Amino acid sequence: MSLRAPGFPRAGLGILLAVALAYGLVIGVRALYGWDPVLDGDAVLQVALIAAPFGFFIGFGLFDYWFRWASGAPTVPEEHSSHGARSWKDYFRVNTDHKVIGIQYVVTSFFFLLVGGMFAMLVRAELAQPGMQFVNPNAYNGLFSVHASILIFLFIIPVFAGFANYVLPLMIGAPDMAFPRLNALSYWMLPVAGIMMLASFLAPGGSFSTGWTAYAPLSTEAPIGQVFFTIGVQFAGASSIATALNFLVTIITMRAPGMSFFRMPLLVWANFSTSLLVVIATPFIAASQFFVLLERALGFNFFEVTRGGDVLMYQHVFWFYSHPAVYIMMLPGFGIISEILAVKSRKPIFGYRMMAFSLLAIVVLGFTVWAHHMFVSGMQEWIRVPMMITTAVIAVPTGIKIFSWLATLWKGVLHLDTPMLFALGFVTMFTLGGISGVMLAMIPFTIHVSDTYFIVAHIHYVLFGGSLFTIFAGAYYWFPKMTGRMYDERLGKLHFWTTFVGFNLTFAPMHLIGIEGMPRRVADYAQEFAGWNLFISIASFVVGLSTLVFVYNMVVSWRAGIRAPANPWKALTLEWQVSSPPPIFNFDTIPTVVGGPYEYGVPGAVHGVFKGAEVKTTATPAGAAPVGD
Amino acid sequence: MVVGGVVASAVGIALALAIDWFPTLASTQAGKVHTLYDVLLIASVPIFVLVLTVVIGAVIQFRMRPGQEDQDGPPIHGNTLLEVVWTAVPALLILGLCAYSYVVLRDIEEAPASERQEMTIGVTGQQFAWTFTYPKEIAGGEKPLSTTELVLPVDRPVKFDIQAKDVIHDFWVPEFSVKLDAVPGITTSYRITPDRRGTYPVVCAELCGLGHSVMRSRVRVVTPDEFDAWLQEQSQPAVPEGADESQLAAAGKQVFAGSAGCGACHTLADAGTNGQIGPDLDEVLKGVSEDKIRTDIVDPEAEIAEGYGAGVMPTNFEQTLSASELDALVAYLKEATQ
Repeated sequence: MSLRAPGFPRAGLGILLAVALAYGLVIGVRALYGWDPVLDGDAVLQVALIAAPFGFFIGFGLFDYWFRWASGAPTVPEEHSSHGARSWKDYFRVNTDHKVIGIQYVVTSFFFLLVGGMFAMLVRAELAQPGMQFVNPNAYNGLFSVHASILIFLFIIPVFAGFANYVLPLMIGAPDMAFPRLNALSYWMLPVAGIMMLASFLAPGGSFSTGWTAYAPLSTEAPIGQVFFTIGVQFAGASSIATALNFLVTIITMRAPGMSFFRMPLLVWANFSTSLLVVIATPFIAASQFFVLLERALGFNFFEVTRGGDVLMYQHVFWFYSHPAVYIMMLPGFGIISEILAVKSRKPIFGYRMMAFSLLAIVVLGFTVWAHHMFVSGMQEWIRVPMMITTAVIAVPTGIKIFSWLATLWKGVLHLDTPMLFALGFVTMFTLGGISGVMLAMIPFTIHVSDTYFIVAHIHYVLFGGSLFTIFAGAYYWFPKMTGRMYDERLGKLHFWTTFVGFNLTFAPMHLIGIEGMPRRVADYAQEFAGWNLFISIASFVVGLSTLVFVYNMVVSWRAGIRAPANPWKALTLEWQVSSPPPIFNFDTIPTVVGGPYEYGVPGAVHGVFKGAEVKTTATPAGAAPVGD
Repeated sequence: MVVGGVVASAVGIALALAIDWFPTLASTQAGKVHTLYDVLLIASVPIFVLVLTVVIGAVIQFRMRPGQEDQDGPPIHGNTLLEVVWTAVPALLILGLCAYSYVVLRDIEEAPASERQEMTIGVTGQQFAWTFTYPKEIAGGEKPLSTTELVLPVDRPVKFDIQAKDVIHDFWVPEFSVKLDAVPGITTSYRITPDRRGTYPVVCAELCGLGHSVMRSRVRVVTPDEFDAWLQEQSQPAVPEGADESQLAAAGKQVFAGSAGCGACHTLADAGTNGQIGPDLDEVLKGVSEDKIRTDIVDPEAEIAEGYGAGVMPTNFEQTLSASELDALVAYLKEATQ
């Protein structure tokens, strides 16, 4: 154990120094201003929450190379021996291998899925009956706020980054990501953000409890637990921006020879689109939370109306990120589904180019609809109708994707294993979420159901029936590649059916009680909703239990599943052309891409060839003029 | 399969329309929103049925059978006509729905033909209570009338001017189908015309803190005569002059449970309430003087019970309760907690 070498001991020291700095800074500044008392606990906490993560990053060794380079000292070249992971301990140090980082991301995110899911179970336990049973109203508000924040910022967004980290460089024939050290930094910001959000429960006054939306001025007046969200989001956001830049540069510059944009698998297209959204939109949520932080910590009066503040400004800035965030949480899933449906139907993706263009259309339209979250906010009225139209029009590119997937299924040879079941579950459930989304674009209807359980139902059909189903599909699909083992198919199917049924029983009735008048985010509700709430709570416990089947399957299969072959699904994309798990540097020779990624059914078709192998070209590359049947 | 899909759509639409989705429709606006929702259902069900039918049909017809393990499907890459159709048809459908929604929106927000007929009522949200203010022309007194209960004459258009004192709230009566945020610093407003007599809940729909779920009141839609009688009654003291202690306390119990709504947040054994937002009154008011109880009600920030935060209890009771109601409430709390 050395305090000079990078690692946990030095990281601990870094945190201690950062906390000392926080005390020093606060006491020093307050003493200079002559404020009494010189020690303000809240102020120290806020400075420490910003400084301590940097103490951790520096101590842990994430900045060593850059510091050496910047100071002119000889840099330590990346040792090849530090690539790859030989034991579980290698996942707990700085590692620049995209496959190690991918697994770090995915496992960390699934840990937070379980944590966030636990909070959902506690929420449903409290709501099983009217009145207060298990928690007080403050703790309840904390539970649903942390539930949403953890699952959005620490699960859905990063788990997609994790899958893409692992498979995207392989898919485009690259040896690693463009910026491996930045990649490691992006990952390590996540546990920091997650631990910070969870630690808010220890704060005086309880955890942050203003929802994941943290509307001002509720959030600027809330107890100190709020800043754990305000600052935690900054780290999660910085992580996502850095990763998105990394993906963009990797995709643009590191494609294998012959991998033109229209030969890229749709997962790559999906992450390209998502990354565009992230780099443009995410700075806005950072800004919205800085407003809150500056108002709380330094009295900036952004939202203090008696001093010229403007309450609605927060919502505009917040939703300018948080609506595109819905697509950040959905487009990578579209990519996963396109991979799985093509492979498992043994057919090319129907309308490849339209699938790629529709992603880009969603990116552009996604920035023009944020105010549909504010139809009842009291904002200027004229903007509602244009935003209604743009919102509803997003259903067109989304519809193109749904219909193209259906056409991909048609006449295929469908392998109905677990990834495929989740993919089909996604197509149907996401359609429902999309339909309620179009309903919610319609202003008079939204005025009635905004802030009710109808919204809760809609977002869970989109994020659970949508995103989470694609995540499960992806987890099963790439499990053999990432772990080198096969998962248990029987347990996988059990997981799918229990989740699918439990999910529908939980969230479908919420549409009804929402329209009937049950507001969301309430710890207690009117007696008339008691029956449905009990039903929903029981159904939600089924979903909770079904997750345990998934965890058991993953853990046991990873330890003792049968060895996976290189290409168990007979897929054409490049990640399946190398061993499972892939060699440390991915490819012994960089492949040359000679055709489209989904040429199933074309005799002798290949997507990429390796040097020395016989070169064959396919008759029709994906994206060529469509051929009718 | 086409026949199956059509039948399933018809059955689906019939089922969706048969469900009793909405609460009682109590305003002219609610009826129009309900009709819009019915149209949305009719447009939506066939789309979902289409997707479901194709998925189930494909699973039945094209699932891999023994012996097909190594087979691939035909290499179909696309079909321009199909792709044009499934871009154009949804686009037209959606623009149609948008146009219809725009018409409904204009209808429900339209001002009544004669402005004199319309009544304007102030609505103020604060943690965690609603205050309704009737202008003096309507209240008939010398100053505006403030109440915690909303009473509206049936069939008379009303415009709510909505404000917030602390954080954002949202003024919603589910039976009226219209809601709008109460935003600190600005006045927002909407119109409704109640068209059905009855008592409905007033709900805060925007998360506003600890007591969000109990920030409730009620609205009574009554006949014009009953409305006038109610206005009359408001100008009378709640307790007759010279009432004795027990009459006063009995009236106070009414105030506690009714207009002041104390039980939502406070536990008080005598009134049978068990709210947990604020302190347990049986404990904190034991042996406390009447003056202190009065201060605790009208100026709750002056002294806060240990373990409870500032800014939770409404500070408007001096405005929303009449002097006699306040006297009665104090007398009741004194009696009930000794």
